[in-house]
Amino acid sequence: MSTDQMTGAEIILKALADQGVEVVFGYPGGAVLPIYDAFFKQNAIRHILVRQEGGAVHAAEGYARSTGKPGVVLVTSGPGATNAVTGLTDALMDSIPVVCLTGQVATHLIGNDAFQECDTVGITRPCTKHNYLVKDINDLARVIHEAFYVATSGRPGPVVVDLPKDIQLGSGTYVPPKAGKHKSYRPQVKGDIGKIREAVELLVNAKRPLFYSGGGVINSGPNASKLLIDFVKMTGFPITSTLLGLGAYPASDRQFLGMLGMHGTYEANLAMHGCDVMVAVGSRFDDRITGRLDAFAPNSKKIHIDIDPSSINKNVRVDVPIVGDVAHVLEDMIKLWRADTRRPRKEAIDAWWQQIDQWRARDCLRYKASNDIIKPQYALERLYAAIKGRDDAYITTEVGQHQMWAAQFLKFEKPNRWMTSGGLGTMGYGLPAAMGVQVAHPDALVIDVAGEASILMNIQEMSTLAQYRLPVKTFILNNRYMGMVRQWQELLHGGRYSESYMDSLPDFVKLAEAFGAVGLRASKPSEVDDLIKEMIKVKKPVIADIAVDQAENCFPMVPSGAAHNEMILGDEVGEPKARVTDAGLALV
Amino acid sequence: MSEQLRRHTFSVLVDNEAGVLARVIGLFSSRGYNIESLTVAAIDEVANISRITVVASGTEMVIEQIKHQLGRLVPVHKVTDLTMEGPFLARELALVKVAGTGDKRVEALRVADIFRARAVDTSKNSFVFEISGTTEKIDAFIQLMKDLGLVELSRTGVVAISRGAATT
Ligand SMILES: Cc1cc2nc3c(=O)[nH]c(=O)nc-3n(C[C@H](O)[C@H](O)[C@H](O)COP(=O)(O)OP(=O)(O)OC[C@H]3O[C@@H](n4cnc5c(N)ncnc54)[C@H](O)[C@@H]3O)c2cc1C
Ligand SMILES: Cc1ncc(C[n+]2csc(CCOP(=O)(O)OP(=O)(O)O)c2C)c(N)n1
Ligand SMILES: [Mg+2]
Repeated sequence: MSTDQMTGAEIILKALADQGVEVVFGYPGGAVLPIYDAFFKQNAIRHILVRQEGGAVHAAEGYARSTGKPGVVLVTSGPGATNAVTGLTDALMDSIPVVCLTGQVATHLIGNDAFQECDTVGITRPCTKHNYLVKDINDLARVIHEAFYVATSGRPGPVVVDLPKDIQLGSGTYVPPKAGKHKSYRPQVKGDIGKIREAVELLVNAKRPLFYSGGGVINSGPNASKLLIDFVKMTGFPITSTLLGLGAYPASDRQFLGMLGMHGTYEANLAMHGCDVMVAVGSRFDDRITGRLDAFAPNSKKIHIDIDPSSINKNVRVDVPIVGDVAHVLEDMIKLWRADTRRPRKEAIDAWWQQIDQWRARDCLRYKASNDIIKPQYALERLYAAIKGRDDAYITTEVGQHQMWAAQFLKFEKPNRWMTSGGLGTMGYGLPAAMGVQVAHPDALVIDVAGEASILMNIQEMSTLAQYRLPVKTFILNNRYMGMVRQWQELLHGGRYSESYMDSLPDFVKLAEAFGAVGLRASKPSEVDDLIKEMIKVKKPVIADIAVDQAENCFPMVPSGAAHNEMILGDEVGEPKARVTDAGLALV
Repeated sequence: MSEQLRRHTFSVLVDNEAGVLARVIGLFSSRGYNIESLTVAAIDEVANISRITVVASGTEMVIEQIKHQLGRLVPVHKVTDLTMEGPFLARELALVKVAGTGDKRVEALRVADIFRARAVDTSKNSFVFEISGTTEKIDAFIQLMKDLGLVELSRTGVVAISRGAATT
């Protein structure tokens, strides 16, 4: 072999190293053994052996979300690849950069139903941003570099590279990453200045303006958050955020109205309903946000900043579409705003704030406190009190009521500290995602706020935590129900709790111990603070099992098919109750 | 917002690589868009580019989505909504097999002549006509041939190009 010739497996590892990859989450099998062999012979890239391939993808997502860098996954052919599908779909829905390398049977066997063969590119085509099957070793390095470019540029997303075993074993030439334009994929980064001017024109004349920021601000990077804060401060306008955008704007700031949408705050949803100019910044008008479309922000002019033209005018028609990267567009918008001498009428904006403050005074997250039974909201309030002000606290969640309460009660001051499965709503996301976060930030405090049902979906990753000494804390709000399902059954299906009770749960304390972790339990409100203190102090993985009120519901709630001003509030807060319509019942 | 259905013709330049057609078709089926016609062929062997012509129908918002969703596919170089961009030509080719004898056979030839269809295969009791033109013209021809012994039909789907010197 001449000096510039390398095996395919070596080319793959060299390409990863040149892409700045530090860690790969993976699981071996026959079709990737040559790559594992190459791993064995090097030290540049760390490999984290997960316990199920689905865990690898969520771990890579957690890594990516908390660092802004792409997460990398390596799995074998057939079942390895199919196990990765949920994670890939999750990453696609939430725009997370992931590069997933899958093993494949040798090229001459493809299509023969060979052992552990599956049509990986076929199966993953609709759940990736793009995918590749490498059939010629001379394309190998270029394709891997391209995969990283595609995963991370424009609207980020997952990319699969399918690698037949003969390609891994063959020999070829390595090519380093090339700067320069991709031949066809060139997302638009700068916004159209004419459109930005139109936006500023609307803003200077606004009476009831509102910023509505989303995950795109976080995708755009820390500078985008900084510019967003600057601009919101400069204008003095209120701002709300989607679930995925939390942290891009500091939650403790007075101008922040909390999350909007199905379980958003009263003030955020009513402000959305009543605004006259809305600026959507990297948010995509998801159905959890809009509620009934024909009643969504009915009297507003809408400005929409998004890097993906297909996100614009998809669900809601907007007046000023601006295709571009959040940071780039905000930079230009700030310049034009500064250069403009006009400002919105002070009386109008003051009146708008007065109205908002009235809504705020409703204190919509209020709940009935108890001395006997732990309210899930109380547990989260205490958790927040313990981590408040810590720059190194990272929260992931599973999916359900606990996720929504976490979004409502934990306040995020910075981007990249909050990772939750929004678009796909994948139970089992939180634990492996936390693992990925902890790998990226070994000394940080990483907590998975979990439900007892969700946690069982990827509980095997406790073993990975033990192996790599990753001190992830799992904070289970244990209501012995699939609480979110139970809540819908209570409100929409006459209280018939079909199959939503969690019978035969494991003893989570013993389960923790079986995995070499520490198990903690609280069943009375008076035990919560001590539990949290101990959980944070322990330098090992922890499962904290907190027995919470089984019957608690998550409010406010805009039921499917209802409008924002028809939201249901908790009993403590009172009145407006939407009736769920038959049309609403058919919605998810 | 108009909910009226409209029909648009898109011209899509793509890398001529494995799987690209599956991506385009998969996009239409997974998002529930209606394809009326789709044609594809390599047009530049050196740059390895194919042109896909898609005729699709939907509401105004769906038509806009189709354009942007196609544009998001990584191997897509360019998407042009020909219906939006200005005048364009759209043509189809069909091969129409007509069987019969006597008056009907004579009448079929006469109609073909009016439509400028060419008989490209002839036997004692059949013709295969080749006809090209707009979809409407071909539809009209087929309609007439149904009464004159049409037994089999093969159509290419639409290819399209903008008028004038400008390229898409
Ligand atoms: C049980 C449950 C309940 C939920 N309830 C709520 C709720 O009450 N409220 C809520 O908000 N969500 C809720 N969600 C989440 C919801 O389903 C969506 O995932 C979420 O609202 C989408 O957030 P987003 O609009 O910020 O979009 P994202 O999915 O984060 O999309 C980001 C957008 O920004 C664009 N973008 C990406 N990068 C850039 C860039 N660099 N520059 C510009 N644009 C960019 C993308 O193209 C995309 O359009 C819930 C989820 C679950 C599972
Ligand atoms: C993989 C998967 N299956 C099913 C669902 C539907 N689902 C949404 S929330 C939920 C219940 C979650 O229960 P738990 O984890 O205990 O959380 P809780 O709502 O009780 O806080 C279910 C089944 C889902 N989101 N993901
Ligand atoms: Mg539960």
